[in-house]
Amino acid sequence: MNSIDEIRSAAGAIPDPEMPALTIADLGILRDVRVDASGHVDVDITPTYSGCPALDTIREDVERCIRDQGYPDVTVRIVLSPAWTTDWMSEAGRVKLREYGIAPPRQHGFDLTLLTVAVQCPRCESSRTHELAHFGSTQCQAVRQCDGCGETFPHFKEH
Amino acid sequence: MTPVVAGAAAVYTLRTADDCLVLSHRLAQWSSWAPTLEDDIALTNIALDLLGQARGLYARTAELDGTGRTEDDYAFIRDEREFVNCLLVEQENGDFATTIVRQLLCSTYQLALWQALATSTDEQVAAVASKAVKETSYHRDHATDWTVRLGDGTEESHLRMESALAALWPFTGELFESDAVTSEASAIGLGPDPQALWPEWEGYVSRVLRDATLVVPESSWAPTGGRQGLHTEPFGYMVAEMQHLHRSFPGATW
Repeated sequence: MNSIDEIRSAAGAIPDPEMPALTIADLGILRDVRVDASGHVDVDITPTYSGCPALDTIREDVERCIRDQGYPDVTVRIVLSPAWTTDWMSEAGRVKLREYGIAPPRQHGFDLTLLTVAVQCPRCESSRTHELAHFGSTQCQAVRQCDGCGETFPHFKEH
Repeated sequence: MTPVVAGAAAVYTLRTADDCLVLSHRLAQWSSWAPTLEDDIALTNIALDLLGQARGLYARTAELDGTGRTEDDYAFIRDEREFVNCLLVEQENGDFATTIVRQLLCSTYQLALWQALATSTDEQVAAVASKAVKETSYHRDHATDWTVRLGDGTEESHLRMESALAALWPFTGELFESDAVTSEASAIGLGPDPQALWPEWEGYVSRVLRDATLVVPESSWAPTGGRQGLHTEPFGYMVAEMQHLHRSFPGATW
């Protein structure tokens, strides 16, 4: 039987169904993994957006992963509070997003306003970009266009 | 009529959930029909957020009313008269202008409501609301941009916005009505007194309409009844369509 750290890193390495380049740990979706004395595993996950259709798939993936680690008795809870924020995304996650062609979210400042840094084009790194549409191919993305290379690209919205 | 659920708290969360579900379904009806691809995606993304918010509140309603019903039970096996959403959300999509005006009026109301519910004494309601605040501020931005663009656009788009506003405005009075359920909800700290949401709603909507060169219509007609299950004619057709699959194949899952 694997240790709690091994279970946690195995669960954390599960890819996000909609952005498979990132793991659920990178996105900050995996909140907690606990094992009690009887070997029962509790896992807390949080949705990025209220109606995120990937959440049911993530729940099933987590259950299967924990069982494969030798813990057949597992409960996956969906916790809403505190509400998910893009500030929980790991630095590794931000790098992977950019490599995947998606501009990563900017960090919020102390007063929760966005730091005034430009959204960079993930292709040519130009800082001159503008928003085309608030909403993109998934709930967490917007569509922007680069004024440098002219390409459109998805932007992981700050949330 | 027979009470749908027992207890004011359960009725309050059910009303809020029904507003989200019905508006979600209306917006989902735009799928593949919106004027641009970007807006097809935007309207259905907003619908998805609303559906998620509804699910969270149905789950809480089931605990409060003690019936152990599931989210699907509330959505698919209640009759029209058992829905307690406001009349505004059930109004037909009409043209794009009508949908945008309905979005402006609804999302401004919902954002004010979620902000108040984020400090609800009910932890689950507060958790749903805290997520919804962030989502709904995007919905309101989207409606605001389009309201200004169409209202202050061409002669044709201005006329369409004007007539959409005239048709929908009378339904906004109901949003701020109090009754025994809202009084009880505000007494126990579950939700705000609806009238307390009016100043912010009115201030924001008037500002946007002014930017859009539109005038707040004068109206003495103020339809109401949604919270008691008395709906307008288009709603029955919407419910029939929404429930068709589940009624034909009870317990269907995929």
